[in-house]
Amino acid sequence: MDDSAPKTVDLRAEYENSGVREVLEELDREMIGLAPVKQRIRETAALLLVEKARKSLGLSHETPTLHMSFTGNPGTGKTTVALKMAGLLHRLGYVRKGHLVSVTRDDLVGQYIGHTAPKTKDVLKKAMGGVLFIDEAYYLYRPDNERDYGQEAIEILLQIMENNRDDLVVILAGYADRMDKFFESNPGFRSRIAHHIDFPDYADTELHRIATHMLDEQSYILTEGAKAALTDYIALRRGQPHFANARSIRNALDRARLRQANRLFSANAGPLDARALSTIEESDIRASRVFKGGLDGERTGDKP
Amino acid sequence: MRITQGCFSFLPDLTDDQISTQVEYCLRKGWAIGVEYSYDPHPRNIYWDMWGNPMFDLKDAKGVMIELADCRRAHGQAYIRINAFDATRAVESVTMSFIVNRPDNEGTIRLSRQEVDGRSIRYTHTYG
Repeated sequence: MDDSAPKTVDLRAEYENSGVREVLEELDREMIGLAPVKQRIRETAALLLVEKARKSLGLSHETPTLHMSFTGNPGTGKTTVALKMAGLLHRLGYVRKGHLVSVTRDDLVGQYIGHTAPKTKDVLKKAMGGVLFIDEAYYLYRPDNERDYGQEAIEILLQIMENNRDDLVVILAGYADRMDKFFESNPGFRSRIAHHIDFPDYADTELHRIATHMLDEQSYILTEGAKAALTDYIALRRGQPHFANARSIRNALDRARLRQANRLFSANAGPLDARALSTIEESDIRASRVFKGGLDGERTGDKP
Repeated sequence: MRITQGCFSFLPDLTDDQISTQVEYCLRKGWAIGVEYSYDPHPRNIYWDMWGNPMFDLKDAKGVMIELADCRRAHGQAYIRINAFDATRAVESVTMSFIVNRPDNEGTIRLSRQEVDGRSIRYTHTYG
């Protein structure tokens, strides 16, 4: 009766056929740095591939726990990797549809009694078949405010995470130290999360590469002086408050583009070719107030 | 008597897996799903009670099955149906509707006659 059941499994073939290789290569290509994260994702992919193989041979039939926790500073790529993870899980057949629903506390918790349960249920229904990404998960639990309805959302989430493991994967994200405190006060969450992945801050060289990559995508080029200015900028910006890694770089580049546009407009030097419109000069970056000590420097300095 | 309203009503009761498959078909077509229940299956009773709001933005049938399970828990002896609503312009109407739950004892639909203007007959249904 069961002669058609396979007796051996070719992992390499499975790897090629399932499309996992494309996702991992895309991850390697598009995300700069994040070496420990990529390593962990490759390991998880191998685990899931072997699980799938064992299932096809009839060795195991329980869905592995896939819920994860991403910890790290802002701008380190947590949401982007969660999206890639959703694609990966979909290719391996662990989630049915592979879409990502990204929420924060406000999407789950209500403002009055009876508001939270339907709100959370609606979000969960939308996320079924895919991945639910909860950013800043520790805000769900506010122990100091007794009229806070976060606890209700937590209980609904815990129940769904346990009973609907075939239907939904939950990824929590946030700062490392606050997530630790959150897990301490909610041991139910910690026991349901199988994979903890930490996202380290980018190194200066990695941020430089990210900046170049962003500019490439928008067809901008930096002069040699601009490249040096960018290196100095990154080193200085890191020491200033509210540093958000890749996001800070993106904002800085937007401001550089603004200054470039203004320079071209005010100079009024006749017709411009594509190269002139795409070049960012050193002055466009050096004009940043980061070089004058940031926001604080400006306030205490001599600017009006 | 077995009420035959909506799609698949001449078939035996759909299993949960079969209902899931039908809901997936509707979602693939981009239709919104609504769950309705009623204790009165008279053919002229078009507007049944809504269970929750119609669900747009769903990607998977599991969300609908959860609502259906809740509705069955609350109204186990009612007729429950699933409506699929097509929102494309110039359609904007329910495009598929099938019964997914029936009471244990279904009533009977009887034909009743009324004589008017001498011997003219007006026909209607009664449910009981």
